[in-house]
Amino acid sequence: MSILETLSRLGQTSGFYMLLSDWRQIVMILLACVLLYLGLVKKFEPLLLIGIAFGMLLTNLPGSHMYHPELWDAYIAGRLRLTDIVHDGGLLDILYIGVKSGLYPSLIFMGVGAMTDFGPLIANPKSLLLGAAAQLGIFAAFLMAIGVFGFDPNVAASIGIIGGADGPTAIWLTSKLAPDYLAPIAIAAYSYMALIPLIQPPVMRLLTTKEERETKMEQLRPVSKTQKVLFPIIVTIFVCLLLPSVAPLLGCLMLGNLFKECGLTDRLSDTVQNALMNIVTIFLSTSVGATAVYYRFLTPQTLFIIVLGLIAFELATVGGLLLGKLMYKLSGGKINPLIGSAGVSAVPMAARVSQKEGQRANPSNFLLMHAMGPNVAGVIGSAVAAGFLLAVFGG
Amino acid sequence: MGFSDALLYSLAGMLVVFFALVLLMVIIKVMIAVGDRRQKQTAPTPAEALEPAAAPAPVPAPGSAGELKLYDTDPRTAAMLMAIVADELQLPLNELRFLSIREVKENDPT
Repeated sequence: MSILETLSRLGQTSGFYMLLSDWRQIVMILLACVLLYLGLVKKFEPLLLIGIAFGMLLTNLPGSHMYHPELWDAYIAGRLRLTDIVHDGGLLDILYIGVKSGLYPSLIFMGVGAMTDFGPLIANPKSLLLGAAAQLGIFAAFLMAIGVFGFDPNVAASIGIIGGADGPTAIWLTSKLAPDYLAPIAIAAYSYMALIPLIQPPVMRLLTTKEERETKMEQLRPVSKTQKVLFPIIVTIFVCLLLPSVAPLLGCLMLGNLFKECGLTDRLSDTVQNALMNIVTIFLSTSVGATAVYYRFLTPQTLFIIVLGLIAFELATVGGLLLGKLMYKLSGGKINPLIGSAGVSAVPMAARVSQKEGQRANPSNFLLMHAMGPNVAGVIGSAVAAGFLLAVFGG
Repeated sequence: MGFSDALLYSLAGMLVVFFALVLLMVIIKVMIAVGDRRQKQTAPTPAEALEPAAAPAPVPAPGSAGELKLYDTDPRTAAMLMAIVADELQLPLNELRFLSIREVKENDPT
């Protein structure tokens, strides 16, 4: 073989040569760079978005062979086993096993549980109603995805869960119901969560009067340590008995919270909050980003998902606010309806938005702790909604 | 799946979410009621309450409203936060009552 033939063959096997074979690969690389910019410079959920964008970049570099969607198609069709994927797959295929099995979202939930103080929710159990009302976005988006855009029910359920404003829940459900749509759904969920301070306030101001927004709420009652320790155990028993499909997510959330509250497992609580959470976040974000392979991502459906995701977020905010307004009326003006919008999960961002809007209307207003109740109730509510959708459409 | 079926599933989903969270609400309320009842039972009887205490309770400093609880916050940061709040509200610090100060963790990925 001559030196020219060798150089020619080397050129033809280079990524640059293969890049020219399909323009969509270039588009995806540019899109990954835009997402990296949003994460690095604009600081949009950088912990997740940087990993997702880099996974997207790696998977669309031709010839890298880091992720093989066709292997996963064969696995879903029952023609391959996980051992075959470990043997034949690339690095990101191996990391993706944790997504497919539901391992990473559950472990992330354990960390979230260890970081979450359910005290405001225990102090004001009515907050749970606001957390439930804010799940309206999930089911309204599900309905629109089927009725307007003609998606299959399992895909529509995965799109709807974006309205839960809870990344791990969205990834957990989508990896089981519609793995082909994992990347656009995860990106939409995390992008809109980062944009909550822009998405929610206009709706909050539109649906509430100045008088309602100015409402000052009474100090929350104190919560004992015993109540905080009993809470995760009771929630696990009752909710998992009611809806067993939600056990992996809710069980891990409550286990993490029990580590935090019992006061005997500080080392474990510290590990799940920091080391474990960070490791799993790296694996989860890069492998989810890797599923954004150009020929599956650049479709009209991705655009529909982005649109439906925004609608789901807005309707979730509307649901929480409307019930908040009802509670304002029924309580004789003691409950500020702004805390209802925090029912969309996105802890603690949505609660901070309620606090900011409340203080904007009345500078002596402190709604943060009151809004944390619906906020953490929203985490439980979206997990229950995901469990319901999995039980119905999971086959 | 048709629109009517999807609508039924959506309504059923909302009902299940509300049912689960209302159930939780009731259970938490029962838990709180039981806790309060036990606390009342273990509280001193009026006769016991009339007995002189072994040692007098520490008298709060003038203008103070009890003890401030700090969670993951050092006293220096707490003092700065209280000063900032007082400044923002344009109120003297001794007219405000701080019950507790807790650090909100920033690295929550949800």
